Amino acid sequence: MSGDARSRTLVPPAPHAPAAPERARTRILFAVLGALTVAAVVAFLVVDAQGSWDFVLAFRGRKLLALVLVAFAIAVSTVLFQTVTENRILTPSILGFDSLFVLIQTCLVFALGTAGLSALPPLVSFAGEVLLMVVLSTALFRWLFGGARRSLHLLILVGIVFGVLFRSVSALIQRLIDPNEFAVLQDRLFATFTSVPPDLLGISAAIIAATCVLLWRDRRSLDVLGLGRDMAIALGVDHRRLVLRLLVIVSLLVSVSTALVGPVTFFGLLVASLAHQLTGSHRHAVLLPAAVLLAVLALVGGQTVLEHVLDMGTVLSVLIEFLGGIVFLLLVMRGARR
Amino acid sequence: MIEVTAARKEYGTLRVVDDVDLRLPIGGVTSIIGPNGAGKSTLVSLISRLTLLDAGTITVHGLDVSRAPSRELARRLSVLRQENHLTARLSVRDLVAFGRYPHSAGRLTVEDERHIAEALAYLDLTELGDRFLDELSGGQRQRAFVAMVLCQDTDYVLLDEPLNNLDLSHAVDMMRLLRRAADELGKAVVLVIHDINFASAYSDHIVAMKNGRVVLQGTPEEVIAPEPLRRVFDLDVQVHELDGRRIAVYYD
Repeated sequence: MSGDARSRTLVPPAPHAPAAPERARTRILFAVLGALTVAAVVAFLVVDAQGSWDFVLAFRGRKLLALVLVAFAIAVSTVLFQTVTENRILTPSILGFDSLFVLIQTCLVFALGTAGLSALPPLVSFAGEVLLMVVLSTALFRWLFGGARRSLHLLILVGIVFGVLFRSVSALIQRLIDPNEFAVLQDRLFATFTSVPPDLLGISAAIIAATCVLLWRDRRSLDVLGLGRDMAIALGVDHRRLVLRLLVIVSLLVSVSTALVGPVTFFGLLVASLAHQLTGSHRHAVLLPAAVLLAVLALVGGQTVLEHVLDMGTVLSVLIEFLGGIVFLLLVMRGARR
Repeated sequence: MIEVTAARKEYGTLRVVDDVDLRLPIGGVTSIIGPNGAGKSTLVSLISRLTLLDAGTITVHGLDVSRAPSRELARRLSVLRQENHLTARLSVRDLVAFGRYPHSAGRLTVEDERHIAEALAYLDLTELGDRFLDELSGGQRQRAFVAMVLCQDTDYVLLDEPLNNLDLSHAVDMMRLLRRAADELGKAVVLVIHDINFASAYSDHIVAMKNGRVVLQGTPEEVIAPEPLRRVFDLDVQVHELDGRRIAVYYD
């Protein structure tokens, strides 16, 4: 740039100083969240433990790992999805993506039969389901968000319709299959936060470790993507590629969480909204870890309190959906008023 | 040099940009004028690769906008659209800092900090640096976005209706500023503008579009005249010379 030298003399170089109070606030927030999460994890492992420690820790450790993986998958997939779609209300599960995964699982049992399915190693059948999920959900997303910009309310409606459609088709197929096979299927579908298929834990952990690496490399492009499609392109982000990569990651994470505990509609919205509120940051290097910590805290802490203090281990998902649903309604009403 | 060759964009059967050929030299202020629906904004989107071409080619410094790496293009050409709605809550400084992304991929160097401070000062925003965008007036917010685009430090700056929603004094400030950016910083400023008198007073070059085509182009003296303006707007316009400027009067 030829005339730059002239403008250079207009102001003295500014010292390298990003807003210090904001950074201090973020540090305090992470310290508090981290401490609470560690406390919840320790409490989950040791409260009310009776009998052999080896057994208790191994047993609860596996449950803990499942809860952490689900928390990570739901929190990260929701924050990413909201960044890609440039809104703070829609989540993959509100648009029916996790019902789609249930439908895929059901169709596979229907097509192959439990005999055929159990002949396959669990890893292979899971990989097949995930692959189908990635392809179908990317196609669904492209169709919803690819063309003209649609109104938020239309998208919510479409999501509700799709969710109902996928669930109804699943229910129909489930009625068509042999009752014995249905029992097997039900085992896979109606997992709760406390009973998780152990063979899926390893592969889920591997998928999540891989997404961590990918996202850490993309964290700054994600911030730019948060400015919206046009500005991201103008600033040199390869928008198509990045969005496709993120959608694949979101589909993988939705598959993981749905395979582990079944569909959870509003939990993602709850933790993503809280993360945005608490951090007040646009930086994904802050937002994503905050959302994950909040999700782990809610699941592990909630499970500990309900299971050991209130003796009501199974109602956690109900409680979370209740709170998340209220947040959803508030956001929709606030959005409508604007 | 931006070279547009036989550029075409269709929406359904409607050709919004219809085989446009155009060369925009580096430096100076170029205004694109024309009636609503003439394809001005679409042309700007095509040049800045925000919209994909259906046919033809566009090159910026020899880089084909449909094929060249996006980041490479972002170091030569910046663009500001008409409406910039942000979901994220950003401070003015955060927004301007994003202008450095094509150069440093988000990891700000001392050099980047200098560019940010300069851009803020250039738009008189230094005091407002830590304020959030949603706390600013429309004019201040528009200046913050222009600061971001200048901070990107590109040879070409494309602006789609930068005067939209600005009152008279802010509009004059904005045009003065763009003129200064062209004269002092050597940038080629290309803007879509509706007010032909602003175009007349501040441009080196005016491009007039109608029905997806460039119908004429030239200096303000050549374009701001009754006959050419009638061709563009289908309207009888009187043109007066005032203090060496050509002013169009289009009121009955």
